[in-house]
Formats: sequence, C-alpha cells, structure tokens
Amino acid sequence: MIWLDTLLQGLMLGGLYALFAAGLSLVFGIMRLVNLAHGDLIVLGAYLILGLCTALGLHPFLAAVLALPLMFGLGWLLQTALLNRVLGEDILPPLLVTFGLSVVIQNALLMGFSADSRKLPVGPIEAQSLPLGPVTVGVMPLLTFGSAILVIWGLNQLFYRTALGRAFRATSDDPVTAQLMGIRPRSIFAIATGIALVVATIAALYLGARANFDPAAGPARLLYAFEAVIIGGLGSLWGTLAGGLVIGVAQAFGAALNPEWQILAGHLAFVAVLLLRPRGLFPRAYD
Amino acid sequence: MSPLLELRGLTAHYGDFQALFGVDLALEEGRTLAVIGANGAGKTTLMRAITGIARVSGGSAALAGARIDRMAAPDILRAGIAMVPEGRRLFPSLSVEENLRIGAHARRGNGFWTLARIYELFPVLRDRRLQPATALSGGQQQMVAIGRALMSNPRVLLCDELSLGLAPVVIREIYAAFPTIRDSGAAIVVVEQDISQALKVADAVHCMMEGRITLSGPPASLSREAIHDAYFGVRHA
Repeated sequence: MIWLDTLLQGLMLGGLYALFAAGLSLVFGIMRLVNLAHGDLIVLGAYLILGLCTALGLHPFLAAVLALPLMFGLGWLLQTALLNRVLGEDILPPLLVTFGLSVVIQNALLMGFSADSRKLPVGPIEAQSLPLGPVTVGVMPLLTFGSAILVIWGLNQLFYRTALGRAFRATSDDPVTAQLMGIRPRSIFAIATGIALVVATIAALYLGARANFDPAAGPARLLYAFEAVIIGGLGSLWGTLAGGLVIGVAQAFGAALNPEWQILAGHLAFVAVLLLRPRGLFPRAYD
Repeated sequence: MSPLLELRGLTAHYGDFQALFGVDLALEEGRTLAVIGANGAGKTTLMRAITGIARVSGGSAALAGARIDRMAAPDILRAGIAMVPEGRRLFPSLSVEENLRIGAHARRGNGFWTLARIYELFPVLRDRRLQPATALSGGQQQMVAIGRALMSNPRVLLCDELSLGLAPVVIREIYAAFPTIRDSGAAIVVVEQDISQALKVADAVHCMMEGRITLSGPPASLSREAIHDAYFGVRHA
C-alpha cells in the first residue's frame, strides 16, 4: 500500500514538472528555441501572482487569472523585442541571450523581493485531502495534476484543431514556405511565447502554492522541465507530460527509499531513458 | 493599362553572386507565360524574387501597377501572387486537407477556389485528405501543392518546375488542370525545364540563360532551333 501511495505522490509531483515543461516544449517545438530563462520566467510569474495577491488582496487563484494576460503580453513582447532578433541558423545566440535573460531576471527579483523565500497564501485548501480508495491524496497535488492534463490537452487541441495551431505546425515544418502562405513567422513565434508564458504562470501558481520559492529557484525548475521534454521526445506535448510523470515517480520512489535520493533518482531516470531511447519516449516521426 | 505583373530591370544577388541581370517581363490578365531554361539559368531565383523569398537588389516588380519589390513574402501573397514552389515543399506535419486549408490562411472573403473546387479539380485528393501530405505519391503531392496555392485565390499563380521528378503520364495529368485554373481567372507563370509541356500551355515563352532573358515570344513564332540555342547558349555565327 505504501508503494501505491508513493506512486500516486510521484504522479502528482510529475504533473507539476509537466507544467514546468509544457511551455518549454511548446516553444522548442515551434521555433527550435531552447529558452534557458524558462525556469526564471516561472519564478517571475510566481512573484507576479504574489504581488497581485498583496496589492489587491486577492486569493492566489484569482491573482493567477489576472496574471495570465499580463504574462502573455510579456511573452509576446519578449519574443518581438528580443528573441526574434537572435533566432536564425545559428543556435548559439538565442542560448546566450536567454542565459543572459535568466541572470537579469534572477537579479531583478533579488533587488525587488530580496533573497527571502516566499510562498503563495492559498489558505486551508493546502492541507485538505481526499480519500481515493485505499490511499489519500492532497487536494493541491490533485489540482496540479488535473491542471497539467488539462493544459497538455488544451495545447494539443490548439495545435491540432485550430487555424492557429495549423500555422504553428507549418511554421515549425518550414518557415520559408509558411511565408508563401501569408504566415508571418515572427508574429507566430510571438504568440507562441505568449502562450508558453501563460502555461508558465499556471505552473507558477502551483509552484508557489506547494513550496517555497526565491529568486534563485528558476534554474532547478528549468532542469526538471528540460529533462521532462527530452524524456518525452522533442516536440511531443503528451510526451512532455509522460516525461514529467517519469521524473516525478522516480523522485517519489527515490525519496521513499532514502529522502536524500529524491533529486538524484529523477536525474537517474532521465539518464536511463536517454540511454535506452535517445530520442525520447515519443519522438516525432521526422525532423 | 499596365500589365497585371510587370518586371522592369529586375536584379537579384546571393551575397556577392548576381543571379538575375535586369529581367523584364510582362504578364497580362488571364494569360499563361512560360519561363524555360537550363538548370541554374535563374528561373527559380526569378520566382523567389517575385514572391519576396529572395531579396530584389535592383529594378522593379509591380502587380497591377502597385510596386511589390520591397514587400515581404506574406504581403506579396496577400497582394495576390501565390507560388507552387520547386520540390513542392508540403508541410509534413499537416494532412492533405490541412495543407490545402493553410493555403487560405491569409485569405479574406470569398473567391472561386474552395476546398470543394480543389477536390473537383483533383478528385484523388478527396480520398486521401486525412493522410499526411508526404505519404502521397509525387504527382499527388504536386496536386496538393497546386491546390494549396490556389486556395489563396491568387491573381497570379507561379508554378516552379511542376514536372520535376514526375513520370510523363503524371505530368500530363497535372497539366490537364491548367485550362480550369486559367478559366478561374488566374494568370499563370510556369517555370519548366520540360520545354514541350511549357510550350503546350503558354501564350508566351521567355527563355532564360545565366540570369538573363535571352529569347521571348509566342510559342508559334519561335523555331525549335532558336529555343534550342537560347536554352543551351549556342550562338550561330
């Protein structure tokens, strides 16, 4: 029974990692851009939610809803003003620029909010749990997991059922020919980064509600997100969910054996998948 | 009245390499024009320059009197010039129908070409509409590429090397669609290495060599020898 419980906790944690990773996966899938500032943007989102909570006296869930359009705008602006200028044949400039952005965000947060760790005040829901057959599961982890599935499902619907998604896929396939269809790749990229930051904001809500965060918390989130994307296979959103779950479950079992092994177990699972399936669990058929 | 598409002294460069040297060309409404020439003559560069994929370094291009040579590719498509690119360039992660639909991405309002009309023109595509576009045979892929370009309801349709890599029977099948396309009101430019096909559909022929148009005229007025010489660059003393 303890193992079932561990598995469940791992899956719930994996949902959080999938949320960290979904935005990264989206951006990589569309424009082959590895955004090294993705973790910091999640943390920035958490501070934005916290700021809205404090300033307007809102519950974090409501504040997050307010933060969604703001973060979309930030993503759009970031892509238009900065990232579109460095995207090209050479993959190094975007890596350097997003790395620099990561440093800038961390230091700006440090200046604005100090190094103290914070937490989003979600209230009594934090301690509530539901009996689920033989085990019990926390309401917040369950919400996180449900949100992860909803987000991935929603992104898939967007990708495969809408004209925008069609333009996303076409631009990802061949940006030059996409222009012959009247598509403007740069504005497609700006919308994609906006959506990625919307997802990052959802991730930020659960990050801040479940655990403490501080200005330096970004890079570790990026690492989990990155591993989830790679495990799932580049460009596959359901794969990213699976990748998050693999890391979450591995960490939960690692922690069950020995609390010190939690983080290590996640990384070992990542290495194991890379060794067995170098292209990830659900690689795209072509690239 | 100015021609529908008019190029004057158009030049294009790839870095230091000049690919087009002052190309003049005029296409009237409802006409079909063929640009023929050997590999490397500059035909594809010419198409890429007109559609805004390659940058124009000199001269002018105008659609119905309005300059397009400084416009970006998506705006040129919106202005009314669509292209079937060399090698078809279908989107592999889109189905046949999605490839067709994305051709109408920038379209505003109605026009002759609809999904139903494309399926009438190429019935085989209707049966395969849910398959990935790249799962089709070369000829069927070419049909998708033509349909995709038509979905924008272009005033000018540019076709770059439709026959490349296709069997003669398939080429004939594809060119059989041309009368319908012409009747829809689109003026057409076909770029071909396959001279015989080009001569059959065109009202006028331009022969290119080394980035220049070396011979022009209606197909009937051009002797086989003159075309042969312009194509291969032979000069008779």
